[in-house]
Amino acid sequence: MKEICENIIDIVNNSIVAGATKIEIEIGEEVAGDVLRISIKDNGKGIEPDQLQRISDPFFTSKAKRRIGMGTSLLKFHAELTGGEFSIQSEQGKGTRVDVRLGLTHIDRQPLGDLSGTLNMLLISNPEIHFIYHQYTDKGSFSFDSAEISDALGGLRLNHPEVRVVLNEFIQNNLDTLISDNGQM
Amino acid sequence: MAKITSLNDLRKIKDELQQKIRLRENADSPEAMVQIRVGMATSGIASGAKEVFIFLVDELEKRNVDAVVTQTGDMGYSYAEPTIEVILPGKDPVVFGWVDVEKADEIIEKYIRGGELVEGIIPANYNTIDD
Repeated sequence: MKEICENIIDIVNNSIVAGATKIEIEIGEEVAGDVLRISIKDNGKGIEPDQLQRISDPFFTSKAKRRIGMGTSLLKFHAELTGGEFSIQSEQGKGTRVDVRLGLTHIDRQPLGDLSGTLNMLLISNPEIHFIYHQYTDKGSFSFDSAEISDALGGLRLNHPEVRVVLNEFIQNNLDTLISDNGQM
Repeated sequence: MAKITSLNDLRKIKDELQQKIRLRENADSPEAMVQIRVGMATSGIASGAKEVFIFLVDELEKRNVDAVVTQTGDMGYSYAEPTIEVILPGKDPVVFGWVDVEKADEIIEKYIRGGELVEGIIPANYNTIDD
């Protein structure tokens, strides 16, 4: 993975496979603490306790047809490389929460990448899923709720090409306001 | 048009959008649309599937091809990532492997618009690995 965005897509895909209908993503840049925080929370079926213990093992996966699962182990590796940490909490039948802390200015921290394109892709690929997004930096914050967006657009499908263009602009314009003076994120 | 930054801005352009969509949907039935699924498991993402996904969505729109692009899980061809499945209206699915932006461009022009097969086809006998 070259960008943190790609890790986010990967974790969100796990939520989708777990049957989540609601996924909350939060990204926070804390300059004072030199921390980049990412959390992804879903209401999927959750992970069995014995599987949870092995979740970061690259040679473990819950999938029956393929015995390797690299997604969470790669994200954990990247977090720890920057002096950060990775944690996952899950309750069966209720959902899963992934929390990642990375060193914001650490030389080995990957760039966040194309966040606008990533969010747009998740929204248009999964119009049936309720996404809640929140991002904060020292410049301010930006949040959206896919249900509120759909409602504001009179119930239009978010994956319609005409809507996608508007969505992309809405997200990009707001993300542009959050870029720090030091060009982080 | 003013910058779109808030839910109110989205509400303001709702009618214009609905009008555009009505015009478009009257012209084409959903069955007439090209369907593309992009394999976005870990191996696909790490191989550049996101760039391919965004390129396909942008370029199909620019070239006036009515298509639905969605993401899917592992198709079982990690060695050939990124992989995409293309279903032309009335045709069987075709899976292409090793799809970068350049190959995606060729698939749009030659296969989707011209009906001509291009290199990189994988036999479409997979099941998406979700369980």
